[in-house]
Amino acid sequence: MWKHHAKFERNSIILTIGIIIAVSIGGLVEISPLFYLESTIEKVEGVRPYTPLEQAGRDIYVREGCYVCHSQMIRPLRDEVERYGHYSLAAESMYDHPFQWGSKRTGPDLARVGGKYSDSWHVDHLTDPRAVVPESNMPPYAFLAKQELDYHAIEKHLAALQRVGVPYTKAQVTNARADLEQQVDPFAGEASDLKKRYGSKVQQRDFDGDPSRLTELDALIAYLQVLGTMVDFRTYKAEDPENLR
Amino acid sequence: MTEAQARSDEAPFDAVVLYTFTGVAALLSLLATAFTKDPSFRFAGWTMLVAFLAGFLALSVGMASGRLRSDPTRYADGVIRAGVIATMFWAVAGLTAGVLAAAQLSWPGIFYFPDAPWLNFGRLRPLHTSAVIFAFGGNALICTSFYVVQRTCKARLAGGVAPWFVFWGYQLFIVLAATGYLAGITQSKEYAEPEWYVDLWLTIVWVAYLLVFLGTIWKRKEPHIYVANWFYLAFIVTIAILHLVNNAALPVGLLEAKSYSLYAGVQDALIQWWYGHNAVAFFLTVPFLAMMYYFVPKRAERPVYSYRLSIVHFWSLIFIYIWAGPHHLHYTALPQWAQTLGMTFSIMLWMPSWGGMINGFMTLSGAWDKVRTDPVIRMMVVAMAFYGMATFEGPLMSIRAVNALSHYTDWTVGHVHSGALGWNGFITFACVYCLVPWLWKKERMWSSALIEWHFWIATTGILLYISSMWVSGVMEGLMWREYTPQGYLANAFVETVAAKHIPNIIRTLGGLMFLSGALIMSYNVWRTIRMPGDVKAELPAAAPAPLPAAAE
Repeated sequence: MWKHHAKFERNSIILTIGIIIAVSIGGLVEISPLFYLESTIEKVEGVRPYTPLEQAGRDIYVREGCYVCHSQMIRPLRDEVERYGHYSLAAESMYDHPFQWGSKRTGPDLARVGGKYSDSWHVDHLTDPRAVVPESNMPPYAFLAKQELDYHAIEKHLAALQRVGVPYTKAQVTNARADLEQQVDPFAGEASDLKKRYGSKVQQRDFDGDPSRLTELDALIAYLQVLGTMVDFRTYKAEDPENLR
Repeated sequence: MTEAQARSDEAPFDAVVLYTFTGVAALLSLLATAFTKDPSFRFAGWTMLVAFLAGFLALSVGMASGRLRSDPTRYADGVIRAGVIATMFWAVAGLTAGVLAAAQLSWPGIFYFPDAPWLNFGRLRPLHTSAVIFAFGGNALICTSFYVVQRTCKARLAGGVAPWFVFWGYQLFIVLAATGYLAGITQSKEYAEPEWYVDLWLTIVWVAYLLVFLGTIWKRKEPHIYVANWFYLAFIVTIAILHLVNNAALPVGLLEAKSYSLYAGVQDALIQWWYGHNAVAFFLTVPFLAMMYYFVPKRAERPVYSYRLSIVHFWSLIFIYIWAGPHHLHYTALPQWAQTLGMTFSIMLWMPSWGGMINGFMTLSGAWDKVRTDPVIRMMVVAMAFYGMATFEGPLMSIRAVNALSHYTDWTVGHVHSGALGWNGFITFACVYCLVPWLWKKERMWSSALIEWHFWIATTGILLYISSMWVSGVMEGLMWREYTPQGYLANAFVETVAAKHIPNIIRTLGGLMFLSGALIMSYNVWRTIRMPGDVKAELPAAAPAPLPAAAE
């Protein structure tokens, strides 16, 4: 048997092919089923693509490396469900390119932070975390309120997301800029185009407390406030047979 | 000198190709910088423009003075000397970033700079991880692989100036990635944060690296490929696969820095952790075992303990490791069968991991007295011991019930640092301590006492680091799940943050000690290079070592 191994040791191409085969099997077996198994691709009522403003806020969340300290994945353990809310469903991150589940909780989980705190709490907390939570060791993000949001390519962003699989409609992509601006317009009203395109639950208001400017803080808070709020857990029954596959 | 070489005044072909390539690349970066509307991309464009122009100029000067012709009767050691220096430089840079990040968590009031968002923890932490893994570790791997493959094949590195392209191309990758993180350019996939254009650049460099490595193996004068080279080859090939699959993304535009991953949610999560765990496997384990397989026998002057064990543990290690990724996703929305597979293979992984450790330890049979007399051997032994410990702790933490406690906590941070500081750090330092006198033709390192100081300060630092993280990790895990007798959660989240203050300070101190060790070592390396020897100690030109066989 040991003599046969000489084939690998004497020929670099055979060795390379052997390596490629050995390292391919595990990944293929584990990853490929996820693209067709029902439990990983099913849709759940209420989950929708992010509005342009929320997506811009998500891009800031990614840029600042929030995922380094905050997870977005509530495990079905008693203490987590009581602390953070209903455990996370696969469908809730199905439009997240890339996912933001995180791997470390230096700060608390944010999967359901939407609606837990007021906008002005977020403004104060992001500006100076220790002003609101004295023991916190989170970095200060005061600069977000000063920086105008750069959305010169927002249509392109939505178009790219559409091409990688997020079901944005043509109208949503072409009107991305108008939708983004409308979401921070306090006078947009219930009949706004934004709500027509993204549903009546979309939160429309000035988020950062400064209606005169559209800042990065507006976008980030809009994103934080939508996190975990899309699925209505008063009507979603986790124990239903179709959810217990 | 051969007739052909004496006759030709022209520059060698490989240099001309690289010359043209850097020229075209400089022009393309200029155009991209000029036309982009994205400030982030413009910033990256400037960086590339400067790098390619510098490469172009260096090649022009080199070709004009006729210095780029390679001598096939000698080993190409200049690029390895440069690699050793880059390894030490990035060690200090990466460890400093880590100490600063640790200090931020300990003293947020002092070490955060509200007017410098680019130094916030969220941007600094990826800088730290990438700098230590890819810059420090990567440079160590490239330079030791170039050293080992030449010696074990008895052949000069293939490709003429190509090894230098690999070296400088890799430095450019590091600089683009690092400055990008600080500027907020990231795709947020852990250990794969660089954006699409940096990924493409790394792909080009990596293919060149593979070709140089394979090309050298093809020129070998030994019928068998030495065991260390199997490990290096598995590292280069598998990292290429992991890199290409995990970084598949669609840029927002050709002149925009931002891109979106092709995958979303649960698929993205598993692909990321398939990548992430195998970055640990194929970047931080497999090629470092290659270092062990060459430098431990060489330094101890003993043969590798068991040839059969090396075959068995090589194939089982690379086959099993690739399955282990899902243990990062226990109790998440990933289907449970995938979690269970990941856990099962992680436990199985214990065996091939310890196979490597045993092969390393047993190689020292009959040379154990050197642990007392030679601090470099002692460093190797401690490195292998930490490897054994980390690869025992890893399978333990991959068990679902343990993971329910350990996941999301500092325990994980302690675990990776026992592997990273103890195993990767120490085996690299030991190899550099071997390489510096060999490469610069000195009898020994400048100061043996400073190696002792390095060893003891760094070892104490590691112990402080991992024990404080064990304490804080297990403590916060238990505090999160603690209930009052009335059935309420006992602790608010922020109480666990406050409780970790002292462990955080101890961790910072441990990191600072490890950094001090690296600084002591850098000084020792510098003094060794400056020591009078029989060969002029200049960098990076100067005469490479003659081939042992074909010298005369």
